[in-house]
Amino acid sequence: MAATQPNTDLVAANRRETRNRWLLLLPAIVILLAAAIGPLIVVVLYSFLVAGDYGGVVWHFSWDGWLGVFTTSDPFDGTLSLADAHISILWRSVKLSALTTLFCLILGFPTAYFIATRPVSQRDGWMLLITIPFWTNLLIRTFAIMGLIRNEGLVNGFLEWLGIIDQPIQMMFTDFAILLGMVYVYLPLMVLPLYASMERLNFSLIEAAYDLYATPFRVLRRVIIPAVKPGVVAGSILVFVPSLGAYVIPRILGGGTQLMLGNLIELQFGQARNWPLGAALSLTLLVMVTAALIVYVRASANEGE
Amino acid sequence: MKHLIASVAAVCLLAGPAFADGNLNIYNWGNYTPPDMIKKFEEKYNVKVTVTDYDSNDTALAKVEAGGHGFDIVVPAGIYVPIWIEKGLLLEARPDQMENFKNVDAKWANPNFDPGRHYTVPWQWGTVGVSVNRDVYKGDINTSSILFNPPDELKGKINIVPEMNDVMALAVHYVGGETCTNDMTVLKKVRDLLVAAKPNWVSMDYGTVEQLAQGDIAAGMNWNGSSFRSRLINPKLEYGFPQEGFPIFMDNAAILADAANVDNAKLFLNFIMDPENAAMISAYARYGNGIAGSDKFMPEDMKTAPEVNIPPELAKAGFAIETCSPDVMKIYTRIWTDLQK
Repeated sequence: MAATQPNTDLVAANRRETRNRWLLLLPAIVILLAAAIGPLIVVVLYSFLVAGDYGGVVWHFSWDGWLGVFTTSDPFDGTLSLADAHISILWRSVKLSALTTLFCLILGFPTAYFIATRPVSQRDGWMLLITIPFWTNLLIRTFAIMGLIRNEGLVNGFLEWLGIIDQPIQMMFTDFAILLGMVYVYLPLMVLPLYASMERLNFSLIEAAYDLYATPFRVLRRVIIPAVKPGVVAGSILVFVPSLGAYVIPRILGGGTQLMLGNLIELQFGQARNWPLGAALSLTLLVMVTAALIVYVRASANEGE
Repeated sequence: MKHLIASVAAVCLLAGPAFADGNLNIYNWGNYTPPDMIKKFEEKYNVKVTVTDYDSNDTALAKVEAGGHGFDIVVPAGIYVPIWIEKGLLLEARPDQMENFKNVDAKWANPNFDPGRHYTVPWQWGTVGVSVNRDVYKGDINTSSILFNPPDELKGKINIVPEMNDVMALAVHYVGGETCTNDMTVLKKVRDLLVAAKPNWVSMDYGTVEQLAQGDIAAGMNWNGSSFRSRLINPKLEYGFPQEGFPIFMDNAAILADAANVDNAKLFLNFIMDPENAAMISAYARYGNGIAGSDKFMPEDMKTAPEVNIPPELAKAGFAIETCSPDVMKIYTRIWTDLQK
C-alpha cells in the first residue's frame, strides 16, 4: 500500500497538470473556435438559406445558393443551364493565379540565387531591397501600376515617343494588367522562401557536379532544384493562394469587367444581393485553397522521406 | 507635485478649445462632400466631423445593415430611401419641422420616396447620361445608343458605371419600356441589348472623373456632376442627355437610427438646407441641390454649365427613377449577373 501511495499521488498530479494545461489553453481554444470556426459556421449556414429581397437572408432552407454556383436559370424561359459566367470567372482566377505563380518563379528563382551567392555581409542589404515594396500600401502600388500602363501612361508614352507604336496599346482593364499587378505584388512572397532554402544550399555540391563534367543545365536540374524544392513549393503556395482570392488588384486593374473569384463574391454581397450564393462561392474558394494546401503538405511530406 | 498639477492644468487649459463639443460621422459617396463646408460646420458648432466614403448604394446599405459602423449621417439615393426606411435603419428626425426646411425647393419638398420629408433632406440631384470625349467621336451624343449600340470610334473605349438601377432604367427606356416595367418581352429585349453591348465596354467601374479626364476611356455612362468635374480637367469632354429617356435621381441626407450623435446630426441636416451651404455642396460636386435661393451663392460656371442645365427640347425625356418591386429587382439582378461574365 505504501508503495502505491506516491504512485496515485503522481497520477493525481499528472491529472491536475493536464487539467491546468487545458485550462491555460482554454482562452486560445475559445478564440480559435470563435474567430475561425464561428464565422465559418455562419457562412455555411447562410449558403443554405434564401436570399432576402434587399440583401441579407430569409431563414428558409434552400439549395439555391449552391445550385447557383454551377447552374443558372434563364429568367425568361426558366431553363437551367451551366453557369458559364461563374465558370469563366473561376477559370480566369485559376489561370491567372497559375500564371502569376509561374512568372514569380521564373523571376524569383534567379533573384534568390543571385542573393544567396553574394557574400554574407551583402545579403541582408539585398533582402532589404526585396522587402521595400511591402512598406507601401497595396492600393497605392496598384494605382502606381495604373499610372504606368494606362493609355496616356508612361509606358505607352515612351513607346510612342520612340515611334514603335502610333496608337496606345490597351493594357488597362485586361487580363494582362491583372497578371502584371499580381506578379509585381506577390514576387517577394516567392523570393523569400526560395532564398531561405538556397541559403542552406551546399555550394560545394555544385562544384563537385562541375568536376564530374555536368553541364550548367544538368547542375540546375539535378543538384540545385532538388535541393531547393521545399522553397519552390512554399513560394508557389504563398503566391498561388492569395492570387486565387485576389480582390483589390483585379478590381482596379481589371476595371470591373474582368472579374476574379474575390470580385464575384463581393458582387453577391453588394449589388447582386444574393448572400447565399456569395456564401457558397466563398466556400468553393475555400475548398480550392484547401486543396492547394493539401498538395503542398503532400509535396513537403514526400520531401522528408 | 504642485508643479506637476500646475502643468497638467495648464496643458488642459491650452488644449481646451481643441476639444470639440462632440463628433459627427458622415458616411457619403466619394468625391461628394465639400471640405470647406465641413470646415464651416465644424467651426460654427465646434464639432469634429469625420467623412467616410462609399461608392455604391449597395455598399452603404450592406455596411450599415451589418451594424457597428459608427456613422451618424448617410446619403442614399432616393430609390433606396424606402428600403432604408422599411428596414428601420433611418431615424425619423422630422427635418420637415426644422428651421431651414422652408428653403427646400417645392419640387423636392414632398418626394415619393419620403412623403412629407419625415426622414431625409435634399443633398443633390442629378441626371444619368453619357460623357463623350469629342476628340474621339463627333456625332450626336444626346442618345443612349452611345452606350448600347456604340459608333465604331467608341467601341472598346466605353465605361459603364455599375450602378444597376441606373443602367437598367436607361436600357428599359432605350428599348421603349416604362420605368420599372414587369413586361417580360421588354425585359428580354433589355437583357439581349445589354449582353450584346457588353463586348464594346472596356470597363464597368466607379470613379470615372479621373479615367475620363486621363483618356483611359473615351465615353461612358455617367452622372452629370461627375461629367462636369471631368470637363474641368479635360475640356474635350461633353455630356449628353439621352433623348430615349434619362433618369433623374436625388441623393438625400438622413440620420441613422443607431446614430450616436443625433443632436449634431440634426444640426447638420438643418445646416445643409441653408442656401449658402447647399451652394457649397453644388460648387464642389457640381450637381443641383434642391434648395431654393442657393443659385445666388453658386460660382458663375455652375449657372451656365451644360451638364446642369437640361436643354428645354430634351427636358421631357427626363424621368424620375423609382423603386421597383422585388420581383422586377430579381429579374434586374439576373440580367445583371449575365453581364459579369
